[in-house]
Amino acid sequence: MVKKITTNKLKHDEIIKAESKNLNFFYADGTQALNNVSLPVYENKITALIGPSGCGKSTFLRCFNRMHDLYPGNRYDGQIILQPDNTNILSDGVDPIEVRMRISMVFQKPNPFPKSIYENVAYGLRVRGESNKRSLDEKVEEALKGASLWNEVKDRLQDLAFNLSGGQQQRLCIARALATEPEIMLFDEPTSALDPIATMNIEELMSELKQKLSILIVTHNMQQAARISDYTAYMYLGKLVEFDATNQIFTNPSKKETEDYITGKFG
Amino acid sequence: MAIQNKPAANKNLSSIRKTIANHKRYDFIFASLGTLVIASLTITLLILFLDLVIDGYPRFNLDFFSNFPSRRAARAGILSAWIGSSLVLLVTFIVAVPLGITSGVYLEEYAKKNWFSDLIEINVSNLAGVPSIIYGLLALGLFVYSFGLGQSILTAGLTLALLMLPIVIVSTREAIRAIPVHIREAAYAVGATKWQVCHNHVIPYSYGGILTGVIIGMARAIGETAPIITIGALTFIAFLPPSPIGLEPPFLNFEWLESGFTVLPIQMFNWISRPQHAFHINAAATGAVIIMLTLLMNGFAIKLRYNIRKKIKW
Repeated sequence: MVKKITTNKLKHDEIIKAESKNLNFFYADGTQALNNVSLPVYENKITALIGPSGCGKSTFLRCFNRMHDLYPGNRYDGQIILQPDNTNILSDGVDPIEVRMRISMVFQKPNPFPKSIYENVAYGLRVRGESNKRSLDEKVEEALKGASLWNEVKDRLQDLAFNLSGGQQQRLCIARALATEPEIMLFDEPTSALDPIATMNIEELMSELKQKLSILIVTHNMQQAARISDYTAYMYLGKLVEFDATNQIFTNPSKKETEDYITGKFG
Repeated sequence: MAIQNKPAANKNLSSIRKTIANHKRYDFIFASLGTLVIASLTITLLILFLDLVIDGYPRFNLDFFSNFPSRRAARAGILSAWIGSSLVLLVTFIVAVPLGITSGVYLEEYAKKNWFSDLIEINVSNLAGVPSIIYGLLALGLFVYSFGLGQSILTAGLTLALLMLPIVIVSTREAIRAIPVHIREAAYAVGATKWQVCHNHVIPYSYGGILTGVIIGMARAIGETAPIITIGALTFIAFLPPSPIGLEPPFLNFEWLESGFTVLPIQMFNWISRPQHAFHINAAATGAVIIMLTLLMNGFAIKLRYNIRKKIKW
């Protein structure tokens, strides 16, 4: 039953927002962290990347906003095509800053700036040259509401972000990433440093966010992937082992390796 | 069985306690040695300082700060010296601080990491340890003769700026390196350019470390004697440089930069080399002033760093 080869059960009415094509990635020391990964990210869906530590899922995620460009010697090979304009965001001709303006990221550890709550959310807008006070106020409020943090912080926007709890800090980072109206949001294990309640809040938040944008999330927590994602990719040793609709992956994976990982026999 | 087990468990426990006590002895020995060394050094310094203050005490009055040096010890003061020191430090500050901070930021954030940047890094660190007289010789050749700046406040300020630069650069780089990677990445991830990251994050978050470096560098510069003597500062001076601020437009003038000058440590050196005891009192008083200035600056640096650190938690 498990061995049955699944036909491609992806719904064909999905719109592809971004797609990696034969993506290889090499770190400066020459190690190849990604091997020929081809994977679509569908619009208004959550795509989860799972796999054991060191399998390359974070490396893959960080290709989408060219984070690897910050460190000299890293090398991409292959394409990530961003729609609707059909841009290969890995090409030399595309400025990584332009990519980051369109695709935002939330990190594993909450990393607010040592500034006020307001300034944290406003920073992305300021970087884009927004200086109108009223417009900033509006967008900050909207982003904080979008990250369901507004009610908790509306009376202390000028407080330092460090005074928030860990879960609130992470939602603040989501608000910061949201304020600039990105097309895709990347989440790199966003709840691994948080308690169960904060985790639940953020999972609910992601399900709301996908109405507006597309989400690519790396998670160590398989239940989390099963709970929130529409599509799941299982990666191992820098390769994409299997990609399918989430309930397909978790109920009827086509590859033995995926099944072993999901059932806890491996990993 | 429980009764049988009890003595065995106790024995085990007492041996654990013994081991812990043994190991903790090293904590005690190290802490005591440390306290002893710190205490003896601090006390020595305090005694020396007090001795200086007591020796110089008769001269601590307004006249001492508002009189020119004089052949009569009792009427001699440090007016020209402290004004000279202030003006020289002003030049040093204006030159060394912007140059040092921007160099640090460039080396840390912009420069490609290769053998050349490593070479620069090693050299900058080593420069901080070069004897100051060498800087004096360099300045004599370069500023005084080649550039024709003369034995002026400008020359002295530039010389001390050279001396202070490595300290500012090194402390800037260290402060920048202390910023966690994830904060930097957060700034880049929202689409900031390198300059925006430096301007909005890297430099503001490093203020504490940079200011500490600046003040420690200034405190070193204020006490430097050798390079200033080398470039030919005057030892006896009974006039003031033209005032930098005028009453008439354009309100600023730069003639003072070309003026001859003396500084506090040279004044002190000059008095100490006199045979008369009365001048030694003046020297002691000047020494006390220098030490107090240095301590004040260091205290200020600690306070600043504390205040800034309080706002930043990674």
